[in-house]
Amino acid sequence: MTVQSWTFVFVGLSFGLYLTIAWLSRVRDTRGFYVAGRGVPAAANGMATAADWMSAASFISMAGIISFLGYAGGVYLMGWTGGYVLLALLLAPYLRKFGHFTVPDFVGDRYESKVARAVAVACALFVSFTYVAGQMRGVGIVFSRFLEVDINVGVMIGMAIVFIYATLGGMKGITWTQVAQYWVLITAFLIPTIAISIKLTGQAMPQIGMGSPLLDGGVPLLDKLDQINADLGFARYTEAFVGKWDKLNVLCTTLALMVGTAGLPHVIVRFYTVKNVRAARWSGFWALLFISLLYLSAPATGAFARYFMIQSLHGKQAAELPTWFHNWERTGLIAWLDDGDGVVAYHGGARAAENEIFHRKSLGAQEFTTLRVEHQKWLGSSGAEGLDGRGRLRDLGFVGPDRDIIVLATPEMAELAAWIIALVAAGGLAAALSTASGLLLVISSSVAHDVYFRLLNPQASEARRLLVGRVVIGVAVVIAGLFGIFPPGFVSEVVAFAFGLAAASFFPALVLGIFSQRVGTVAATAGMVAGISFTAVYIVGARYFDMPLWCFGINPQGIGIVGMLLNFTVTVGLTPLCKPPSPAVQEMVERIREPEGAGPAVELEG
Amino acid sequence: MPDAPSPASIDVRNERVRACIDRYWRRNLRTMAALLVVWAVVGPGCGVLFADSLNEIRVGGFRLGFWFAQQGSIATFVLLILIYAVVMNRLDRQHRAELDALREDRGPA
Repeated sequence: MTVQSWTFVFVGLSFGLYLTIAWLSRVRDTRGFYVAGRGVPAAANGMATAADWMSAASFISMAGIISFLGYAGGVYLMGWTGGYVLLALLLAPYLRKFGHFTVPDFVGDRYESKVARAVAVACALFVSFTYVAGQMRGVGIVFSRFLEVDINVGVMIGMAIVFIYATLGGMKGITWTQVAQYWVLITAFLIPTIAISIKLTGQAMPQIGMGSPLLDGGVPLLDKLDQINADLGFARYTEAFVGKWDKLNVLCTTLALMVGTAGLPHVIVRFYTVKNVRAARWSGFWALLFISLLYLSAPATGAFARYFMIQSLHGKQAAELPTWFHNWERTGLIAWLDDGDGVVAYHGGARAAENEIFHRKSLGAQEFTTLRVEHQKWLGSSGAEGLDGRGRLRDLGFVGPDRDIIVLATPEMAELAAWIIALVAAGGLAAALSTASGLLLVISSSVAHDVYFRLLNPQASEARRLLVGRVVIGVAVVIAGLFGIFPPGFVSEVVAFAFGLAAASFFPALVLGIFSQRVGTVAATAGMVAGISFTAVYIVGARYFDMPLWCFGINPQGIGIVGMLLNFTVTVGLTPLCKPPSPAVQEMVERIREPEGAGPAVELEG
Repeated sequence: MPDAPSPASIDVRNERVRACIDRYWRRNLRTMAALLVVWAVVGPGCGVLFADSLNEIRVGGFRLGFWFAQQGSIATFVLLILIYAVVMNRLDRQHRAELDALREDRGPA
């Protein structure tokens, strides 16, 4: 069977599984719809959280980013896992004890303010929509790469699937589907990584293989990579703090991603779905354990694939190029524009001018073909006619292979069977769909619960609230799909914004709300506003208005941490001058901290 | 929700109960602080701040700073949450036992 027919089989089977689960876990009340009836076991919630967290980007792009960044790739690895320590220790048990359905719920009740609730809703919606747009696009991309259907058709198939299981089962359907999606995506990720590790080092554990000697030559893999990188003009692979990734930026970005992770609403709400505080603590552990299976393997994939890729391309002639190169050349992920000597050369850094490996990225297929034709003409006429395509692509920044090729082509590099390559397609879809559905639920609960029920119509009946919840999630799926079909150019850039915003707004408000009984409405709101505005102005200014990075040269990705510190400073500074919260709220804070006696959370729900 | 009644099982005005609750909270904060110190030293510390110096040290085929940034820190984070869950859930049980003992002291309410 061909890769394509295997892909149809796996994608069909996994989609069938998701729909079956959705039918079995359909719900009839808002508790089921928003927090899965609070009956999810800790380990299952851990898997669901892991699938929720690991998006199309984690699955398809992260190993590639690490592969091209080397040491600095650790920013994403540490940032996206270290946040769970903050989440598990500072937030999860207390928010679970608080009960309720959403993050704006806590902000609104703790700070006794409709304004604070509305600000929180706006942040939650912004963060979730930013994120979900990328996921729907991811679904389309996987479809188009593996099944050769149009990206937009892929997005629509993804929309239909998510629409069915999210409206039927709400959080309950989403949770159990995510458990299944976790296993699909982790299997799809680990098999190629283990296979390439065995092929290159004879080690079945990629984490050990990464530090082991290569089978051909006996030099440890990472040393070999250091040397190859240096020879080709790149910075050494393991060298810390290169170029724009200086120590301050690595530190700030890592911390901003960590704190942002702990403030992301779609991750926090997962802790509302477990039975009790005990289970919330355990599910924090399970979540990070399941996440670490992928995050500890991705750096190995990155290192192995980089070595393998360079070995099979650099210095080769056209006839010697491997099959995977030709397969992925068709998709525009990799392209070779020769300088006339007939030998592939891959360079970067100091020797960037000699590089011949590029990718197409946002350039249309038509435009790219024209560029290649011009380049051929230029080669044929020894520079008299046509145009050197390399210069053009260098100016556009489309240098080297597309980072996604690292994960997508690893199974072929490791010469795995066709069905494993197909499994990677199902894994990528699982990663994108699971994250999309978690975000859509946050959007639905923010609008239907926080805005409609808590702010607009507190008298709404249970049946009506459930209906509104379903309608909103349906509308959100359609909007997300439209974002996927007509991607706004800014999506990838706003993801940094989503983390910065979560770090600068939610995190301090939540932590101070739990650990201080004294912080009241005015101080907390002022802090949030200060944090958000500073972060927003800095990111927007730096990205769109060529503002110099006046804050110690910190790049926009890492500025969230400064916004967070500002928020903390303003809030804590203003607190002694402002009114303390009401006795009822002070009592609520005490009840959140006390694991005993406050009665089952069910009684506290509104 | 803020006006939900305080549960009958805990009388927060009772001094000894109060003391017991405060003790629990202080232990909670201590556990948390200790774990967060390890988090900071291993993650942002060994993974970033000391990464260039640690890179001079080699363990097997790894440079240590690189290893902490891409492997060691993540493994440590998982361990930290495991320890937190075990210690805190034990502390919760102990806290409940203390409260129960106080309740029995005072006889049936």
